[in-house]
Amino acid sequence: MANNPITDVAGKQQTLLGADELILNMGPQHPSTHGVLRVKLKLDGERVIGSECMIGYLHRGVEKIAEHRSYQQFAPYVDRMDYVAAVSNGLGYCEAIEKLLMVEAPPRAKVIRTILTELQRIASHLLWLGTHALDIGALTPLFYCFREREEILKIFEKYCGARLTTHAFRIGGLQYEAYDTLEKDVERFCKAFEPRIKDYEDLLTQNRIWLGRTKGVGILTAADAIALGATGPLLRASGVKWDIRKAMPYAAYDQYKFDIPTGKTGDTYDRYMVRMEEMRQSRLICLQAIENIPSGPIMAKVGKVLKPPPGEVYHSIEAPKGELGYYVISDGTVQPYRVRIRPPSFVNLQSFDKMVRGHLVADVVAIIGTLDIVLGEVDR
Amino acid sequence: MADEPKEQPPSGAPAGDKPASSSAPGSTPPAKPATAAPLAAVPPKPAAAVPAKAPVQLQTPLNNELVARVRAKFGTALVEAIEDRKQAILTVDCGKLGEIAQYLRDEEKFDLLSDLTAVDWPKREKRFDVVLNLYSFAKNERLRLKARAGNGEEVPSVSSVWSTANWLEREAFDMFGIVFAGHPNLTRILLPDEWQGYPLRKDYDIIEQDTGWVKENLGIESGQ
Repeated sequence: MANNPITDVAGKQQTLLGADELILNMGPQHPSTHGVLRVKLKLDGERVIGSECMIGYLHRGVEKIAEHRSYQQFAPYVDRMDYVAAVSNGLGYCEAIEKLLMVEAPPRAKVIRTILTELQRIASHLLWLGTHALDIGALTPLFYCFREREEILKIFEKYCGARLTTHAFRIGGLQYEAYDTLEKDVERFCKAFEPRIKDYEDLLTQNRIWLGRTKGVGILTAADAIALGATGPLLRASGVKWDIRKAMPYAAYDQYKFDIPTGKTGDTYDRYMVRMEEMRQSRLICLQAIENIPSGPIMAKVGKVLKPPPGEVYHSIEAPKGELGYYVISDGTVQPYRVRIRPPSFVNLQSFDKMVRGHLVADVVAIIGTLDIVLGEVDR
Repeated sequence: MADEPKEQPPSGAPAGDKPASSSAPGSTPPAKPATAAPLAAVPPKPAAAVPAKAPVQLQTPLNNELVARVRAKFGTALVEAIEDRKQAILTVDCGKLGEIAQYLRDEEKFDLLSDLTAVDWPKREKRFDVVLNLYSFAKNERLRLKARAGNGEEVPSVSSVWSTANWLEREAFDMFGIVFAGHPNLTRILLPDEWQGYPLRKDYDIIEQDTGWVKENLGIESGQ
């Protein structure tokens, strides 16, 4: 139904007589926009013929703030960009600064970082699944997803005292040693989680309404995805097998076996399948990681005052939403000269226009959901 | 603990760029070739984003095949090729940015523009660096492309090469006031359209902004 022109009974193409274009504003406070996103839709009848995203409502000037803070002081700020995946943000930032300082976190710290980051990926995907399904009209998955997400947040809370903006890592390693039952908690969660994924799939994967709302909706071809800079599940659902965890391994990812799920058509359904499989793979990584957490120090030798030698570095990680990059320039003082954050949500949102054209207004909601954006990160 | 992480100090660290004199460090690896050339000639490794290890020579000249090809094709338009913490950085002539970008995408297969941003070095003659972080799926390699632009100087837009540059260039315009020639819709993206000034420029003082605002709106001398 996607791009079909309007036809009459005989199949002859028809133009809508006298139907003027209509501009429809969605947002900034629309229940389905997950934050303050305003979308201006150009409609012909109920079909979208153009769109424009108005962003910036949550702009806090994070990059400017960075220039006025020391390297450690800025670390908690990054948690507030993608606030549903704070651990991943922290990992990217800490590793970027470590690269700039030319230090490496000890193996024990790396493994614990990997475990927590993968748990965070599951939590982020669960939040996406719950809200995305809710937007499309499936109420139940939300409650299931939040139930499991709660377990992950409890692990975070036990580890560092915070659930959402965790500030779990430090430049050079970790501040907190893993608590006594961390392995057990993670194992218990992973064991319990496998049948749960099946529960979600039972609710959705073969569900006719779900199929109708997601199949063929918001198609992004591989070529378009690359040109538009889309990364993460968006790119993989379009059939490009690229994951920074494999391509340029960081933390302890090179030690674990996992697959990169990909899709074929790049529609909303494929992105759903890719993210579901990613949760399974993250679960496997966690299980492998708790098998063997090396002993030893959790902090590399970094001073209390960080003065990275002048120079610059770009470091990116595979955040739940895509490539999260940090481009940091040091001038040899205690404050960074410039911190540029390459947010996956911001860049991914740019493909919205491509995906939405030709669809119905109701599909807009599905497409915003499938992009999995967090406005705190889009606007920074 | 010393405040710098062991290893050897940046060998030829240019003396006298300490006091935040923004003129040098990051973008312009100052007059290094003389001291570092013999060392750098030995390991001209391709830039792979592996965590840096062992003694690292900061900001060394880069002479790999890619650089040779770009130099052969564009000659002096390639201003400088260096490596910093094993990451390749090419600085090119601002006017030729579009052509070089096109070449890098088509011939060298840097098909993903990860990021486009800018850096302000107010004391330099050409104060802005436009920085492009490229990635090649085929080579699994990153490359940083830089072009220097003066205040008000137009930078060729690369949005026709990588469509993702559309929003990224708008952001650079929004934050730095850099004008990208040939951009389809160069308007502010994160800030409101009526915003005055460009926040990420170094001379955009946040304290000044704050006192200005409270004076005007609250009628008090300072909100600090």
